Amino acid sequence: MGILLAIVIGVLYGSAIYLLVRRSLVKMLIGLGLLSHATNLLIFTAGGLTQGGPPVINPDAQRLTGAFSDPLPQALILTAIVIGLGVIAFALALSSRLYRATGSDDMNQINIGEK
Amino acid sequence: MLAGIVLIAPLILPLLSAIAGLLALAIRPLSRNLQNLISGIGSTALLLSALFLFLDVLKEGILVVQIGSWPMPFGITLVADIFTSIMILISGIIGFTGQIYSMASINPERIRIGYYPLFFTLLLGVNGAFLTGDLFNLYVWFEVMLMSSFVLMSIGRNPGQTSGAIKYVTINLFSSAIFLTALGILYGFVGTLNMADLAVKFSQARQAGESIGLINVVSGMFLIAFGIKAAVFPLFFWLPDSYYAPPPAISAVFAGLLTKVGVYALIRVFTLVFPLNEGSFQPVVLWIAGITMVTGVLGAVAQNEVRRILSFHIISQIGYMVMGLALYTPLAIAGSVFYIFHHVMVKTNLFFAGGLMERIGGTGDLKRLGGLYKNWPVLSVLFIIPALSLAGLPPLSGFFAKLSLLQAGFEIKSFWIVGVALIVSLLTLFSMTKIWTQAFWKPAPEIDDGECRERLLSQHEDVRSKKGQWYIPIFLLAAITLLVGFGAGIVFPIAMQAGEQLINPAGYIEAVFRSGG
Repeated sequence: MGILLAIVIGVLYGSAIYLLVRRSLVKMLIGLGLLSHATNLLIFTAGGLTQGGPPVINPDAQRLTGAFSDPLPQALILTAIVIGLGVIAFALALSSRLYRATGSDDMNQINIGEK
Repeated sequence: MLAGIVLIAPLILPLLSAIAGLLALAIRPLSRNLQNLISGIGSTALLLSALFLFLDVLKEGILVVQIGSWPMPFGITLVADIFTSIMILISGIIGFTGQIYSMASINPERIRIGYYPLFFTLLLGVNGAFLTGDLFNLYVWFEVMLMSSFVLMSIGRNPGQTSGAIKYVTINLFSSAIFLTALGILYGFVGTLNMADLAVKFSQARQAGESIGLINVVSGMFLIAFGIKAAVFPLFFWLPDSYYAPPPAISAVFAGLLTKVGVYALIRVFTLVFPLNEGSFQPVVLWIAGITMVTGVLGAVAQNEVRRILSFHIISQIGYMVMGLALYTPLAIAGSVFYIFHHVMVKTNLFFAGGLMERIGGTGDLKRLGGLYKNWPVLSVLFIIPALSLAGLPPLSGFFAKLSLLQAGFEIKSFWIVGVALIVSLLTLFSMTKIWTQAFWKPAPEIDDGECRERLLSQHEDVRSKKGQWYIPIFLLAAITLLVGFGAGIVFPIAMQAGEQLINPAGYIEAVFRSGG
């Protein structure tokens, strides 16, 4: 399971970086989205994979026993997903406005900040 | 209990001001005065709370609060040592002066879109990043700060601004992703993200002679992620475009605060969590510092717009701050802390003055500016103080900042970086004199176009009618530069204390554990 996830994460990072260095604005945004998914999966995997061990204390026990999955990475990912959603939504809105202003989604064409 | 209030006030006050500003916009969208009033109260309260925190930390030592009383590695810890409280004070001063400057220079349309609430969420994010003692929480505050800076940067109809903003957004999201990846790996290996807890676990592992997996990779990723935010070589390319595009009030606040949050994070993480002298990055960071100084200042030489020149100087100044970290002695870190304070005051002031010059001359292009010394003598005096301080002329604040860094460099016999720092400050002086001779001394260029002249004259009227709001922030910051320069004997020992706290983090760690035990 761990190795499978590691491969998935690697592929996600690789394609995200590939898309980020494209000149097309839309591909760049997709790259950013993939990058945040890759990161979330990485946190999930690095936090340790445990199957079938919810972090819930039994009513008759004082503390967690046996193998249980760490809830903290999931809380971190949840936060990161929410932040990622907001930021990507903003980037989409921004690029749609840029497209309307310049009529192009080629980064070389819309690079008018230099002037 | 009181410590909690003092610590949380710099977060609660900007949040409340932002909420109040939004409510006011919903109730009376057209009232500019109401917005000015709310933001004025908010920024004054923020400045006072920052001052209070600063004095309290000086008197009581390191303050710690565990949010929601959760025990420490599980909950979020807020910590204020002297370095943090100095940074909070800086953000309070910039918030206060920035708010006054905004009253004059931000147009009503922007205010209606919600300029002030965004301004305060920016300050909220900045203060949060300074106060937090938890790395994941640092990421969250970074995002709060970035999100508001994204919007502040892109509101407006100017396509150049939008294209600057998209670069800024992309590069910052990329750096956040690297930061988050490093956090994930770190958590996987150590099982905690609390900075004090991490510091203890790492030093225990070092003493036991164990190697912690991937520590070099993780610390390298932190270096890259914070390096992008701090705009060090070779990760600075996004900065000049982005800081040049938005209105002066916004770019001044950005120039003062945003990159410094990156520098703060670098200093904090590489003194506390991964002490720089333990890892293998110290020479790398020193080289980065040197090259950052040189590229920044050379980039500035080639520019002809006031704010573009100033933007490149931010990069070269970041080099000095990183240099203090890289030398890694108490004096050097104290020099960095002092440099940050000096730099924020001076750089924000130069952006304020640059914005006023643009308003008066109708352009920031040095070729088309001129005659400011003859017609606007007060502005000239107020410009020359921070300009000379930036170059490091005695007795202004920049001189002492540079002196302490050079002294630290001599002490550990790192002569080449001292040489680089001296040459760069000479080139800085050259850049400042370029602005001075072109914009202030050169006779004003003739404007043939009558319509254009009319517009400029009406802008001059506008500036004269809002004299206070334009000049007070510039005057206040220039006064601080002078005070810090003449009072360096009083101010520098505080920086020295901050430097010692940073280089011996035992006090910090103990304070966190004591309150969370």
